[in-house]
Amino acid sequence: MKIALFATCIVDAMYPQTARATVKILERLGHEVIFPSGQACCGQMHINSGYMDEALPVVANHVQAFEAETYDVAVAPSGSCVASVKHQHPVLAERCGDAALKARAEAVGAKTYELSQLLVDVLGVTNAGEQLGSHFPHKVTYHPSCHGMRSLNLGDRQLDLLKSVGGIEVADLPEADQCCGFGGTFSMKNADVSSAMLEDKAKNIESTGASLCSGGDASCLMHIGGGLSRTKSSTTTLHFAEILASTMAEPVSVTGEVFVGKGGKR
Amino acid sequence: MSGVFMGMPSLPVFGDGNLHIDEPFPAAAHRELGNTQMRANLRHATHTIRDKRLKVVGELPDWEELRDAGAATKNQVMANLPALLEEFEKNFTARGGIIHWARDADEANRIVSDLIKEQETTEVVKVKSMATQEIGLNEYLEEQGISAFETDLAELIVQLGHDKPSHILVPAIHKNRTEVRDIFLAEMPNVDPNLTDEPRLLAMAAREHLRRKFLSAKVAVSGANFALADSGTLAVVESEGNGRMCLTLPETLITVMGIEKLLPAKEDLEVFMQLLPRSSTGERMNPYTSLWTGVTEGDGPQNVHLVMLDNGRTAALADKYGRTALNCIRCSACMNVCPVYERTGGHAYGSTYPGPIGAILSPLLTGIKSEENSSLPYASSLCGACYDACPVKINIPEILVHLRGEDVDSRRETKKLPSQMDLMMKGAQWAFSSGKNLGLLEKGLPLGKLAAGREKKIKRLPGIAAGWTQSRDIPAPPAQSFRDWWKKDHQPAAATTEQEK
Repeated sequence: MKIALFATCIVDAMYPQTARATVKILERLGHEVIFPSGQACCGQMHINSGYMDEALPVVANHVQAFEAETYDVAVAPSGSCVASVKHQHPVLAERCGDAALKARAEAVGAKTYELSQLLVDVLGVTNAGEQLGSHFPHKVTYHPSCHGMRSLNLGDRQLDLLKSVGGIEVADLPEADQCCGFGGTFSMKNADVSSAMLEDKAKNIESTGASLCSGGDASCLMHIGGGLSRTKSSTTTLHFAEILASTMAEPVSVTGEVFVGKGGKR
Repeated sequence: MSGVFMGMPSLPVFGDGNLHIDEPFPAAAHRELGNTQMRANLRHATHTIRDKRLKVVGELPDWEELRDAGAATKNQVMANLPALLEEFEKNFTARGGIIHWARDADEANRIVSDLIKEQETTEVVKVKSMATQEIGLNEYLEEQGISAFETDLAELIVQLGHDKPSHILVPAIHKNRTEVRDIFLAEMPNVDPNLTDEPRLLAMAAREHLRRKFLSAKVAVSGANFALADSGTLAVVESEGNGRMCLTLPETLITVMGIEKLLPAKEDLEVFMQLLPRSSTGERMNPYTSLWTGVTEGDGPQNVHLVMLDNGRTAALADKYGRTALNCIRCSACMNVCPVYERTGGHAYGSTYPGPIGAILSPLLTGIKSEENSSLPYASSLCGACYDACPVKINIPEILVHLRGEDVDSRRETKKLPSQMDLMMKGAQWAFSSGKNLGLLEKGLPLGKLAAGREKKIKRLPGIAAGWTQSRDIPAPPAQSFRDWWKKDHQPAAATTEQEK
């Protein structure tokens, strides 16, 4: 299968190892991955902050970038960005009175999958240990991000994939379905409420005794990880794609460092 | 005033009354977050109701179908509102009821006040009602020398405590029972000075206090949960039975109801009587449901009035992307599951309607430019828990985003100097509207890495981003973007696979 990777802006710029892990997983399964070079961002930050005029060219760029290539499906390691592509892009195009863009956005959205959706529903991966060789001998807990859980109805896809990784111990996160408080610019505009939500999320994570909290959205993980780091917690955050990419031969550390061969790090 | 104004529709009339926040939400939230007792009370209460709701909703195999049916019925009502209102008026009037139409809060208050004065009384008993809180009826009546006694237990606590409700269903949710006892001891006439905080004793004290009012009041004021167009019937759904005392004992009954409360026919109650109690109190069925149709000679109130309130509802109905907010049946499920409400409480929202529904309903009714209501749609992380819980499937996150758009657009019109957020969004528009631009910007990543220093974290940012760094670090950016790595270092898939083998 030919798979177009939508890296998402935050992963592209801040967490490139998450996108590299996504490529690695898909190539390991024998698929061809392409990276449409025109891509930038889904525009969610603009849309959710109310800047619709500014969002329109961002959305139009995404649609154009993914129309410019031929592929079977597109994938992103983010529930939130995929929900935006699928649900927000057509709504924005309609609001801005661009019926043609709406139809094009719907076509791109229909071919776009969140990583666990693609792995489980399309590629039939249900046992990461067996099918991907995933190995990660650490105790982890897992935060299901809101948009993946509620907008995409991902259910336990990410969690089940994690549980099937070789050597892993997965601890249940208390009040897992509660938002971490990120919410894009909400974390700046309503910093006090956001911090209060983050505080509870961090407490729940630490109560599990896991060495890291995994999840499917780099933005939420940056938020949670940033809070844990501020309180000098030893617990970190790591995208589930990186855990799936970790193997006996090329292990990934709890802080996301990839070890190649004997001691080589990149 | 009576009869419908049937002239040419003019610009929508926005609502007034208790629908405003008078300071920006973040400031109000900051203050409320500091009240640790309130936060503990609220956390306990919201989590208890959440669990109860999940349990009773889980019992119904057709819950999602019920939600769909509820949403479809309400959408149909909103699409046919003028015709249904006329049908209701015809049937209500034919059965001896008198209908009054009120454009806004002030008009509604004057109508109710005049009706009470006609009965030559200065005391009324009240059934718990959101509409009368929205228009500030109690305060208005007080100015007119009329005392309104709240009979719902929680409303009574709030009224005796000279407080404001903080939840639409559980108005005193921010108080624990010790605080309730203290209010009763200080404010309730003839109360037993040895009253403890045992719930049963508190309820008995309230019962004794209220019974005297029920027996002496000549006029009752109520709201309504539903109005059935096919028969002109009104319905009140409650838990305590105090509402029914008000609806049956006094000679005169005045109901104030928003025009959106209509249902086409009594059969529709089948759906809504399953949705409402489960979503609000987490019960299969509420203890008291009262329905009344006009006047029955020699039985119950002989003067039955209904004030039909617009107060911005027509304006909300005119908003294509916001109108489904009018589908709300005031169950409060959205606030019970909201992580923001759980932490700030209802007072932070200013308006009669707090929580997620309030964050959309208040600005829809008043217009986005009214006082500080433009800050309400931002009072959400858009986590979507409210949409999941809503029994009539109001897509609250989508309407929040829509109203943020209205706010930004309305500020564009004023042409003030651009805010920091405006500038950030303009800059991001440039960066995010082309792969080339973003790639160019990412060339600067090593600079960020440098700024993060030896600790590999950024601990302090200026301006609006300071909100982020008040409780979170930002990791050092990588030396190379994914885009750059892909271009320079990515090995074709086949080669990598070969190597691994």
